Amino acid sequence: MKRDDLYTLLCILIIVGLFPWLAGGNQYFISLLIFMGINGIIVMGLGMLMGYAGQISLGHAAFFGIGAYSSGILTAKYAFHPAQAFFIGVLLSAIIAFLVGKPTLRLKGHYMAVATLGFGEVLFIIFNELSPLTGGPSGLSGIPPLTLLGNPIEGTIYLYLVWGFLLLLLLFSLNVINSRVGRALRAIHGSELAANAMGVDASSYKLQVFILSATYASMAGSLYAHFVTFISPSSFSFMFSILLLMMVVVGGAETIWGSLLGAMLLTLLPEYLRGLEDFEVLAYGAILMVVLLFMPQGILEGVRNLFSGKIRVGVL
Amino acid sequence: MTLTNQLIQFLFTGLTVGSIYALVALGFSMIYSSTAIINLAQGEFVMLGGLIMVFFTMVLKIPMVFGFALTVIGVTLVGALFERLAIHPLKKASLITLIIITLAGSILFRGVAMFLWGKDPYALPAFSGRSPVQFWGATIQYQIFWILGITVLVVFAIWFFFNRTLMGKAMAACAFNPLAARLVGINVRKMVLFSFGLSAAFGAIAGAIITPITLMEYDRGPLLALKGFAAAVLGGLGSGAGSIVAGFIIGILESLGAGLISSGYKDAIALVVLLIILWVKPSGLFGSAEESELKKF
Amino acid sequence: MSEEALRVQGLQKSFGGLRAIDSLDFIVAEQQIKSIIGPNGAGKTTLFNLITGILPPTGGTFEFRGRPLSGLKPHEIARLGISRTFQNLQLFGNMTALENVMVGRHIRTAAGIFKAGLRFPGMRREEREIREKAMEELRFLGLENKALMNAASLPLREQKLLEIARALATQPKLLLLDEPAAGLNMRETEKLAEMILKIRQREITVMLVEHDMSLVMDISDEVLVLNYGKKIAEGLPRDIQRNREVIAAYLGEEADA
Repeated sequence: MKRDDLYTLLCILIIVGLFPWLAGGNQYFISLLIFMGINGIIVMGLGMLMGYAGQISLGHAAFFGIGAYSSGILTAKYAFHPAQAFFIGVLLSAIIAFLVGKPTLRLKGHYMAVATLGFGEVLFIIFNELSPLTGGPSGLSGIPPLTLLGNPIEGTIYLYLVWGFLLLLLLFSLNVINSRVGRALRAIHGSELAANAMGVDASSYKLQVFILSATYASMAGSLYAHFVTFISPSSFSFMFSILLLMMVVVGGAETIWGSLLGAMLLTLLPEYLRGLEDFEVLAYGAILMVVLLFMPQGILEGVRNLFSGKIRVGVL
Repeated sequence: MTLTNQLIQFLFTGLTVGSIYALVALGFSMIYSSTAIINLAQGEFVMLGGLIMVFFTMVLKIPMVFGFALTVIGVTLVGALFERLAIHPLKKASLITLIIITLAGSILFRGVAMFLWGKDPYALPAFSGRSPVQFWGATIQYQIFWILGITVLVVFAIWFFFNRTLMGKAMAACAFNPLAARLVGINVRKMVLFSFGLSAAFGAIAGAIITPITLMEYDRGPLLALKGFAAAVLGGLGSGAGSIVAGFIIGILESLGAGLISSGYKDAIALVVLLIILWVKPSGLFGSAEESELKKF
Repeated sequence: MSEEALRVQGLQKSFGGLRAIDSLDFIVAEQQIKSIIGPNGAGKTTLFNLITGILPPTGGTFEFRGRPLSGLKPHEIARLGISRTFQNLQLFGNMTALENVMVGRHIRTAAGIFKAGLRFPGMRREEREIREKAMEELRFLGLENKALMNAASLPLREQKLLEIARALATQPKLLLLDEPAAGLNMRETEKLAEMILKIRQREITVMLVEHDMSLVMDISDEVLVLNYGKKIAEGLPRDIQRNREVIAAYLGEEADA
């Protein structure tokens, strides 16, 4: 693994490890970091799809929801073991991603974007309408928290659990990126025509990374469900899909670190705007616009370039 | 009510919402034709049309006719400004960036609307007439005639514009081959600006005429855009006639589905149509597959 | 008698009413250097696109070492041993020169998402080999010093060579070069000619689409002339040079008797 990546990984490990002590045990800050971790997991997958393979998904909240509802419903209503529910969620997401991805990834640019948007909306409607199963608009409550040796996992331990997952998935993702698969994905982004001509089965790889990103979102969904113990469709709306997209774009789609940075920053955003509820949507739109117009490669690259004096005309 | 009466009712409801989808679809087709961009903020033009009309007629108490005209002009300006400030500077950017910038625009518009009007729905009185009308056993709101009438007028105006005026033909030329268009002296920049303005106008008209029936709130945009886009694709992106026909088809399908099957999944009907069309025949009912292959995206 | 690398029979490609390729028959022998020439729009790049599976033919067949190719997808054809460069460069501008060539090794390697993600030892060995082989190809084309530079930042001549390096990394048996000399000056073209001959020495068959007649006449074993999608002449370079129909096609008028 590249040395820079290893150092960054270790830094994250240390910061997260020390965080509960740094935060003085403040549960609010700890949950904030947990949410950052959960979003970070989704965004790593989405970042690989968008930044490396160059595709777009405006419906990833759906996979987050599939994971959350799978874990939620199976553990709350059918007494499944959380690990079983977790894997069923991942499997379900993978299958749906395969079925949806196959016809959708064939489409060009705009059509793909709208198809994923439509897919996300359809799932949102399903979450709302299948009330007997999902609890409908009023949500699903009573999701059992995870337990370790009979004690519920919450707070600091949950923080370590979520970030432990994140770091493992990060390692996996970095390995994929720095391998022949990662180069194949970037080749597809660079020139799908040439990639195919050099023997890269572009359709297959696009589908694979789409499925992978769906499973990441599902895993995050399961972790989310057991943390908040109450879920409702409003958390899986298209606004969340847009927020995820923003995390990738604002942070910087080109590297996985950029996407993670975006997840950190934009998880904080709703917190900053909590008092200014009227401004929330406006702020999202404004930030996205400003970044796209002035720093299209994302904040991570933008700041780096500022320091090295480069100015880039943006291409995502 | 007998089944026939019910069906007539659904038909009229379907034609009503279908008009809106048709107008939104026209907006999509127009911008796509001249720029190969899908404007994801299209739905917001409709929303702004409705809410701004509410402002003019309910708050400023301006007579409806003037309110309507001012609304359309206002939203047209918004569309033009959007093109100037957000689309034009990014002309050279990648496809994904362009998609996202229109997305950002839609979020921004929604945010401004939420800021100015809050989250509540607003109502408009019908343009004329007071009580609903009985028509073949179905109860039809008077506004529906306005909606259908204005839609027909718009359709005729578009046909006239594109086929009988020089500017309209110039716009069509830009869509087909911007370089060639530029070489013969057509100002492509202006055309792009114009097409954004025009499709904003369509959206505003749609918003203004539907609000008396369905009310309007700040976040109506996205779903409308998706359904309008479904109609645009169904009819063949870039085909004005196709957009209109498809808009009505989807409206009627949705209305029949909501009435006969389930109203909870009503919105899903148009979306499923969208997905099926994109997955099976993205060139739409009236487009040719080869032609859409050749069109750049 | 050398074996056939490529056999094309009755190949047809129509776009609506336009016949881009019309009843084309020809054979390319193993380790031959065969050039395809013809006026602009004669169908040369279309021919390459057909052979590499980018466009489906409207009729006819083509076989590579006895194996029929029509209906196969581009990546499958690459896997069989046909590789190419592009007239409008299709480099991976988001990657370094070395990474571009490493992508060429894709079909000769196997690690999938899981093996890569979990970094199995086999995958690590494979990665080292990929890097080594890619550097070899860069060295073959004299680009080893530019390995870590972004591909898009290289000068045109080196970009063209990079595309060749990338294509060679796939270990092709048949290499299609689409106007490799376009934009090169005389000295550069000479070096390119040497390069192509060296490629043939590696037992690779080369098909060349070119406008630069000095290059074509210099290194080709055989020349095929297309006009309006039809073959109007095929044979040795010096015979083609004197062929009346060929001259007429290029000059657009009747040549003197």
